[in-house]
Amino acid sequence: MTHTPKPDCAGRRLTKIRDILDRHGRRASRLVPILQAVQEEYRYLPREVLTEVAAALEVSPARVFGVATFYSHFAIEPKGKHLVKLCDGTACHVKDSIPILEAIRRRLGLKAGQRTTSDRLFTVETVACLGACGLAPVVVVDDQVHGQMTPESAVQLIEDVLAREVAP
Amino acid sequence: MNQNVTTRSLNVDGREVPINGERNLLEVIRKAGIDLPTFCYHSDLSVYGACRLCLVEIEGRGIQGACSTPAEPGMKVRTQTAEIREIRQIAIELLLANHNQQCPTCPKNTACQLQDVARKLGIRKVRFKPLHEPEPLDETSVSLVRDPGKCVLCGDCVRFCAEIQGIGAIDFAFRGHDAAVLPAFGLGLGEGECVNCGQCAAVCPTGALSPRPEVDAVWQALHDPAKTVVAQVAPAVRVALGEIFGLPPGTVSSSQLVTALRRLGVAKVYDTAFSADLTVVEEAHEFLQRKASGQRLPQFTSCCPAWVKFAEQYFPDLLPNLSSCKSPQQMLGALCKAILPAELGIPRRDLVVVSIMPCTAKKFEAKRPEFARDGLPDVDHVLTTQELGRMIEEAGLRFADLEPGSFDLPLGFKTGAGIIFGNSGGVSEAVLRCAVEKLTGQSLANPDFYQVRGEAGVRFADLSVHDTRLRLAVVHGLKNARILAEKVRRGEHALDLIEVMACPGGCVGGAGQPVSRGAAARQSRARGLYDADKHLELHKSQENPFVTGCYQRHLGEVGGHEAHQLLHTRYENRRSPAPSEPPAHGTL
Repeated sequence: MTHTPKPDCAGRRLTKIRDILDRHGRRASRLVPILQAVQEEYRYLPREVLTEVAAALEVSPARVFGVATFYSHFAIEPKGKHLVKLCDGTACHVKDSIPILEAIRRRLGLKAGQRTTSDRLFTVETVACLGACGLAPVVVVDDQVHGQMTPESAVQLIEDVLAREVAP
Repeated sequence: MNQNVTTRSLNVDGREVPINGERNLLEVIRKAGIDLPTFCYHSDLSVYGACRLCLVEIEGRGIQGACSTPAEPGMKVRTQTAEIREIRQIAIELLLANHNQQCPTCPKNTACQLQDVARKLGIRKVRFKPLHEPEPLDETSVSLVRDPGKCVLCGDCVRFCAEIQGIGAIDFAFRGHDAAVLPAFGLGLGEGECVNCGQCAAVCPTGALSPRPEVDAVWQALHDPAKTVVAQVAPAVRVALGEIFGLPPGTVSSSQLVTALRRLGVAKVYDTAFSADLTVVEEAHEFLQRKASGQRLPQFTSCCPAWVKFAEQYFPDLLPNLSSCKSPQQMLGALCKAILPAELGIPRRDLVVVSIMPCTAKKFEAKRPEFARDGLPDVDHVLTTQELGRMIEEAGLRFADLEPGSFDLPLGFKTGAGIIFGNSGGVSEAVLRCAVEKLTGQSLANPDFYQVRGEAGVRFADLSVHDTRLRLAVVHGLKNARILAEKVRRGEHALDLIEVMACPGGCVGGAGQPVSRGAAARQSRARGLYDADKHLELHKSQENPFVTGCYQRHLGEVGGHEAHQLLHTRYENRRSPAPSEPPAHGTL
């Protein structure tokens, strides 16, 4: 489990960011690896951190935001504790991945455009292809790959996680 | 070997066209008299190659973008084929499918390049359905309105802001069909680093970015019998307004302009060139004081509100070097609100000051809190040249046929020094005309300082006046200003006076001016202002009898207490975020 620093530890945060920036020589050409390191640290790219990265690299905040939103790897909103990735590559798509997605989203009460539950427990994403087409349709929950899913079995995976959350 | 190499020409649609160091194939084709359509090509900006309208067929290479292809001798180029025509039509249809097509209510209506190209290509039907939901306007800026539903993603605004202004307040965000041009973090344009210069709107081919209009508020004031509306007109407006009514750029149309304003219901028409004269007298005095003490040099000019906000954001350490003089717009506003209520016998709250400016940043400047007294702003509304043109059109006035009128006295009398303020180099020249006389104690026989005139983005002048050496720099474009200010900060450049204007060519190239493509119009406007200076009786601000009278009646001494109260201002550190220093009591 990645450690997420408390947002009020400003001093610690600055040191972390400065370490990351120094490791990359504060070069604007290293923006993508810097953002990767920031995301590894925080699990997403907080706005204040992006602003500081922009200032340190002498790149405009709008450009940093542009790069951060271009790559689907980067998240500009906090992700939930559990990450659910549903494959919507060609093979999974023709094997009816979308009804699975809808079932999961319905179970978690996600509104249109919302990817993370309001209790920050789950984030649901689609990915293009996981390279496990033989198992289609595929759902990955916290790096565990589950193949030949149905809407019912996928919802059961969510129930399992929820049960573990309630009874630790 | 190709036989054409020696002649250095290429073949466009069967005709040989010489190559003379053009930047790319597109420029060669345009030189040959063929106007290939483009959205994303601007000669001042980097080549982007996104709009796919300037496609041509090159023998042996297939279809290529002319803007992103170097011209090579011996090329055989076709600009019109059935395939190219179809590609261009589809490109426009796809843009139109996703475009908010409420053209009659769009601020760019009739000046829109998308309209223009669609008309030229004969698009009669759009075969595609829109993908996007309508998006709300971004009205967070007091200077500009952003309408995402009209963006064609050409990136002209992005490149202008980054490459010419060195800011990058907007950029591409997201990707694929979610791609959009946005300020950082999806905030509003008024919430970030934008300095309100509006050049993004000036280069925008559509209505995605446009000056924020104040026409309705001005009509309301004009129609209110309780209000007395007075206007001030900036120098650069008079050489551009006529363009809206078919006059060539650079035509000085002050006399029709004054009449038009009176016919709209303005009680007094004053000239911002008068307060530019006042600015010169105050700023030259301030400059000579600094020069004598050797303190806070170089002095930066402070007339350009986009530059002032830029300096507040990126050079807070240099703010003591900015002239403390208010801009001419704010000086005139402050004077009007201070002296007119008594002179006209009206309550201060019923006096409405309207500025006509070539500039969108002036809208922001007028709303700065320090330029208000008792909750009443010194300048109530700022109209761009474009907006005044629209009001004249709305009133049905035939501009060219209006009888000549002249500015009201005393705040409408100016010298040529006040007039040339609208040109890059004009403020420096006007200050020199004053400062040099003060230094020598003798009258300047020839007031012209050609050393500071010109088109280049950074210009230097080095003058010796008796024992005093004056080293000046004139810059336009904020990226140029940034480079110079960084050198000043590092102590690499010994200078005395630095004039900064954000827009290309100065205020004549402001974003509130009538839409024009390329530099030709603003160059004509600049000539118009220098000609207007020639035609005036007086050329030195210190000789303006009404400026002298104003000091006697209202302001006291030049640079004195009263003058400071009304004519000077202070600046604000807008650095964001706070520099990443370790916290004083860090828990590391």
